[in-house]
Amino acid sequence: MADARRLLPLALGLAALSALFLGWSLRAPVEFILTLRATKLAALVVVGAAIGAATVIFQTITANRLLTPGIVGFDALFVFLQTGAVLFFGSAETSTLPTTLRFGLEAGCLVLAALALFGLLLRRGAGDILRVVLTGVILGIFLRGLTAFAQRLLDPSEFAIVQQLTFASFNAVDRATLAIATVLLGLALAAALALAPRLDAVALGRQTARSIGLHHDRVVLAALALVALLVALSTALVGPVTFLGLIAASLAYRATGAWRHVVLIPAAALIGAAILVGGQFIFERLLGLQSTLAVVVEFLGGLLFLILLLRRSRP
Amino acid sequence: MIRTRNLTITRGEATVLSDVSLAFGEGGITALIGPNGAGKSTLLHAIAGLLPAGAGQVEVDGLDMAAAAPMERARRVALLAQSNQVTARLTVADLVTFGRWPFHRGRPRAEDKAQVTRALALFELEDLARRQIDTLSGGQRQRAFTAMAWAQETPWMLLDEPLAALDPRHARDLMERLHALSRPGPDQRSIVLVLHDLSTAAHYADRIVALKQGRVIRTGPRALAMTSELLSDLYGTGLKVTRAEGVGVVIPA
Repeated sequence: MADARRLLPLALGLAALSALFLGWSLRAPVEFILTLRATKLAALVVVGAAIGAATVIFQTITANRLLTPGIVGFDALFVFLQTGAVLFFGSAETSTLPTTLRFGLEAGCLVLAALALFGLLLRRGAGDILRVVLTGVILGIFLRGLTAFAQRLLDPSEFAIVQQLTFASFNAVDRATLAIATVLLGLALAAALALAPRLDAVALGRQTARSIGLHHDRVVLAALALVALLVALSTALVGPVTFLGLIAASLAYRATGAWRHVVLIPAAALIGAAILVGGQFIFERLLGLQSTLAVVVEFLGGLLFLILLLRRSRP
Repeated sequence: MIRTRNLTITRGEATVLSDVSLAFGEGGITALIGPNGAGKSTLLHAIAGLLPAGAGQVEVDGLDMAAAAPMERARRVALLAQSNQVTARLTVADLVTFGRWPFHRGRPRAEDKAQVTRALALFELEDLARRQIDTLSGGQRQRAFTAMAWAQETPWMLLDEPLAALDPRHARDLMERLHALSRPGPDQRSIVLVLHDLSTAAHYADRIVALKQGRVIRTGPRALAMTSELLSDLYGTGLKVTRAEGVGVVIPA
């Protein structure tokens, strides 16, 4: 009950923002505009929730409240996959691929790559998370380099398509992709909540967690798979968003004062969604601007990252 | 009873423990002593079943620790590691509740809460129960972690250098508590700890296990085994075991 009470204001806040987003200065043709807005709203909520939840889980398993999945190269892998697909198969083939298939391929590649990399590192390094993170950072740099190289090989029209695919945009969301992403988000969040008590124990550190009987490495691997899935569905939907998770997770710790993941994960998901819905509402409805939300979220997130870094993150 | 048979543990090319066979029974305090790099912490973690043995076997009260499931191990031994870094902002009561994890798996029941209350009382932590761990002093923090290990309700408590960050007052306070816990009674635990302070070992330990370069060079009751010759040989410097006002102390020879 106490948990529900802490989440209720966040859920109500998101509901209010969603209502504003849907209903503000609604004009004819109402049904058409509402459908458009509802689609965009759903995308914003799915992406915000996925990134928020993924970041809280990721910060727990890396024992570091400054990290986001993007920092260890998830977004770089996504951009690399997109560019590679256009380079090898051509822009026409890539853009005509059935949405569900493309989504499945992208999400599957991201999850598999994350599990292969982290699974290998965890077996070798026995939980040396610093090594995992550094490898991820280096991999990210490597992949960005490869992507930049591949982009030089593209002709201008194909390059334009890659650019469109690889920059976060909430304005052109495919409905079929959205439907799959919504279902996957539901499943991933349910799995994350089932894992929540064990994530609480992971936060004690590997040695202590193992000494109280937790199958630490197995839990971390399961959590990584969830993070990969959540990031995959979000990036496949709108493109890479690096710093949104940092804002959502930091606010979730502050707003709830909780350490239990059964509260933190839904809180970060609700806050992530609220930031995107609220931000898009302000930019689109109040200021009449298009497609600047991602830039502002990244700017504010980057600023928060620097502030946290300079203040040193509290344990 | 804790029993190791021909236990060998390697890390990369280095052999950290070599053919260690030892056995000791319940009750009292067993101190693992030896110079840096002797393999004391490794032996402690191996007994807890947290290190894969290259060869040999570890049994705790008949349970093969390498083959046992994590939960089964955690009901047999509680290990308090040397450094404990918690990223979550837990209160002392939250932390001690984690000691009950092998029983509640994240959903504490009434008996778990009752045991936590007992642990808080036993380690005089009631006033600090609602305090965040990161606001505690070193001594309070160590007491909280020891209470957590006690709440795990295992017959064996393994403590890796529990006095490392403590001033003499807090070190003494903790050793007195551990000593009391190791005596027969309803709350009794068999305690195995790594100690660097030889006078503390000479005063509180019931038996010692002396390690050097990954091998056990002596084990037995403290009064018999802990001699000036052994310590001088163990640490490669002249040391003398003596008594001052009825208390065992170790001084440079």
